[in-house]
Amino acid sequence: MNDTDKPQPAPKPAPAPEPAESPDVHEETSRSLLKEIASGDALAGVLAVFLAVFVGSVMIAATNEGVREAASYITARPSDFFSALWEAISGAYSAMFRGAVFNYNLTEPAQQWRPLTETLKFSGPLIAGGLGVGLAFRASLFNIGGRGQMLMAGGAAGWVGFTFDLPTIIHLPLAVLVGMAVGALWGGIAGLLKARTGAHEVIVTIMLNYVAYYLLFYALSRQFLLQAPGSANPKSLPMKDTAVLPKVLGDQFNLHLGFVLALIAVGVVWWVLNRSTLGYRIRAVGENPSAARASGINVGRTYTVVMLIAGGLLGLAGVNQVLGTVTSGVSLDLDASIGFDAITVALLGRSRPLGILAAGLLFGALKAGGFTMQTSENISVDLVLVVQSLIVLFLAAPPLVRAIFRLPAQEAK
Amino acid sequence: MRLVLRGITKRFGSVVANDSMSLTVEPGEIHCLLGENGAGKSTLMNVLYGLYKADEGEIELDGVVQNFTGPGDAMAAGIGMVHQHFMLIPVFTVAENVMLGNESTGFAGTLDLEGARDRVTEISERFGFHVNPDALVEDLPVGVQQRVEIIKALSRDAGLLVFDEPTAVLTPQETDELMDIMRQLREAGKAIVFITHKLREVRAVADRITVIRLGKVVGEADPKASNAELASMMVGRPVELTVHKDAPTLGADALVVKDLRVVDPAGHRQVDGLSFTVRAGEVLAVAGVQGNGQTELTEAILGLQDDISGSITLDGIELVGESTRTILDSGVGFIPEDRQADGLVPGFTIAENLMLNRSFRSPFVKNGALRIGALRDFAQKKLKEYDVRARDIDSLAGTLSGGNQQKVVVARELSRDLRLLVAAQPTRGVDVGSIEFIHKQIVATRDRGIPVLVVSTELDEVVALADRIMVLYRGKIVGMVPADTPRATLGLMMTGERPKDLKDVVA
Repeated sequence: MNDTDKPQPAPKPAPAPEPAESPDVHEETSRSLLKEIASGDALAGVLAVFLAVFVGSVMIAATNEGVREAASYITARPSDFFSALWEAISGAYSAMFRGAVFNYNLTEPAQQWRPLTETLKFSGPLIAGGLGVGLAFRASLFNIGGRGQMLMAGGAAGWVGFTFDLPTIIHLPLAVLVGMAVGALWGGIAGLLKARTGAHEVIVTIMLNYVAYYLLFYALSRQFLLQAPGSANPKSLPMKDTAVLPKVLGDQFNLHLGFVLALIAVGVVWWVLNRSTLGYRIRAVGENPSAARASGINVGRTYTVVMLIAGGLLGLAGVNQVLGTVTSGVSLDLDASIGFDAITVALLGRSRPLGILAAGLLFGALKAGGFTMQTSENISVDLVLVVQSLIVLFLAAPPLVRAIFRLPAQEAK
Repeated sequence: MRLVLRGITKRFGSVVANDSMSLTVEPGEIHCLLGENGAGKSTLMNVLYGLYKADEGEIELDGVVQNFTGPGDAMAAGIGMVHQHFMLIPVFTVAENVMLGNESTGFAGTLDLEGARDRVTEISERFGFHVNPDALVEDLPVGVQQRVEIIKALSRDAGLLVFDEPTAVLTPQETDELMDIMRQLREAGKAIVFITHKLREVRAVADRITVIRLGKVVGEADPKASNAELASMMVGRPVELTVHKDAPTLGADALVVKDLRVVDPAGHRQVDGLSFTVRAGEVLAVAGVQGNGQTELTEAILGLQDDISGSITLDGIELVGESTRTILDSGVGFIPEDRQADGLVPGFTIAENLMLNRSFRSPFVKNGALRIGALRDFAQKKLKEYDVRARDIDSLAGTLSGGNQQKVVVARELSRDLRLLVAAQPTRGVDVGSIEFIHKQIVATRDRGIPVLVVSTELDEVVALADRIMVLYRGKIVGMVPADTPRATLGLMMTGERPKDLKDVVA
């Protein structure tokens, strides 16, 4: 029958001569592509970061005044050019280091380490959101609805946060749980629609982003809903102290409990994926839905459950923002583009919880350090965003990275 | 045309698919390449056809060393390939397909369709193909489509024809006709390479046989050699080809199917009023050409088809309307016909695959958590028991050979408490050694008093396993016949014809 010589690079079709009755061929190819991008090896992630940083360096150098000046007389005094080059690049990255990890220009130890706590603060929602996107990736679902899920969750958690008068021990957990629940529902809609009607989750989650944004906009411009009384701005009242995530290292640092919640989420998602039957089924559905179905696994229900959990995790990211990082009230930019950055984090973390933790920390550091780069070296924050985007670009083009580093193709194992 | 392959070596990474293979094919001879799946036959032919570049060795045609960079070169040099999966465009006519890629054009690029039609008629008449040049390919039976492929090769004056597993998709009658065609081509002086792993066909037409194992030429075999001799050369050890089984000990009616109808998602009625019974301790084999309702029948039993009517009862309990999970849990073992699609998760380890349909309850699950220790112990045991050739239980299923993948599926299904086994194409794409093993397991299952439904398009397999044979054609039963029914009769029935003197057997 089918002479499947193992090393043949091109997979042969099934031996059955069934006349092309495969309407979802495109679905299949897009799925396998997604799988390759979302679950490749760690090396590819490291190389992608490396490449992106390199290209970023070139851009830093190219936009630097001193470098450009020295370049004009490079033939006369090349040493000037190279020292300017070195100054620009090392200056940029040391500023990034000072802003993200440890500021050696200061003397007081607490102040020196403050940047690290900022990094951790920024990475909290990125980790939680990255888990939400990454978990969906494991079921071969592309959750682009992070923004909508965060907005809905943030709005709901914020409403609980500024409305009720309750003791902290009840108020804070209530606000967190309500936020996560609303995020879960918002994600679950996409899962349910996919399970019941086959609606593609990419389209549904993108559209739900718009629905969430304008719903929140509507609520924030109505006094009887979320808008602060007597205000004309689309912004709610600030959170009551009883609903604010407490600072974990004392008041001199902004690092709040949200980061700890994100760490706990990493542990829980790791356990669910690797040790629970639910996670087993999620992975089975993600890897081969038709074998999962033939083995009695309800594929549609799994999709719904995955999107519920994913939405809940992005809800946690939204809660992190509203009850922790920006407690001055719910606003339309509460997601701070974390809903989309979470996709990058999940991709860079290869959809593995520990990978997402590492990627979230890296992106938190880029965020924290980017500000210092701008203030002390006058390098636009946009460059940091370019580096972030380049990481995704290099991740999404594995053959490109393989070609650059002359890695063997993956087929030849 | 005389073909000489000299010391062809082809490596993929560290894997040597062809290890210094040499082969000579004379004009006017049918040369069989016999070997198991993965032995390197197709790789060798792809090198010959210019699809792969050989790392070492040379190809010589009529004394001239060739250097092909693609199939175009190979075709121009007179090599014609008849692929297992036809490379035809269904909505084109025969003539259009034949001229495709070699179009002769007239003034301002107009196609010379008339010339192509004449060419088809001429070749068709010369070899007695009976092919209408104006018929649409999609309307033709599979066997005739294959002839179109042959005409296409001949229309380019191919002196060497390669048939790559040509009979996999044919009925027994069509296979016989193909053998006749090959003999005619031989008389016309063509050199023919015939790739197969079916011993019966080799013995029927081969002038010379070259046996290939693990990327090496093991030697030449005599066409008069027995099946057992050929098989042991292929596998490298003595192989039992016939399954030894005692007369069945029949129990009560176990699987009872009544007036089953299945409509597929495209709206075609694939199973059309089937009624049959399988008794405990019996193997009922379902024979038929691929696509006559077998797939839908097995999927209906497993609850994988949505639009079904009629009744399927197992030990008196209705299965229609139940979920797949309930049906599996009630003791139905299922070896799906396409293990890659439905039987395995390629990215899972062997161990993980062994619990695929037991992810809800014991023994591998406790309070929603996986019992990894229990699963690993189980997997270690099954790896040994079922002789799965893999590095360890953590090897990914996708990296195993077809035979070993199938053993994983079989191990999983037979390790549960079964009340029915449904085995669809249990040895498709599986090497001879594994076929022997899997067949023994199926017979052992029957001997434990479990009813077994085997679906196969291979007559050899049907005859080897069956206690009774049910022949399907277009979703209907052509006849229910005893296991010792002559092949010719079965082959005829597979085309939908019911012999006049046929009497159905009842278990």
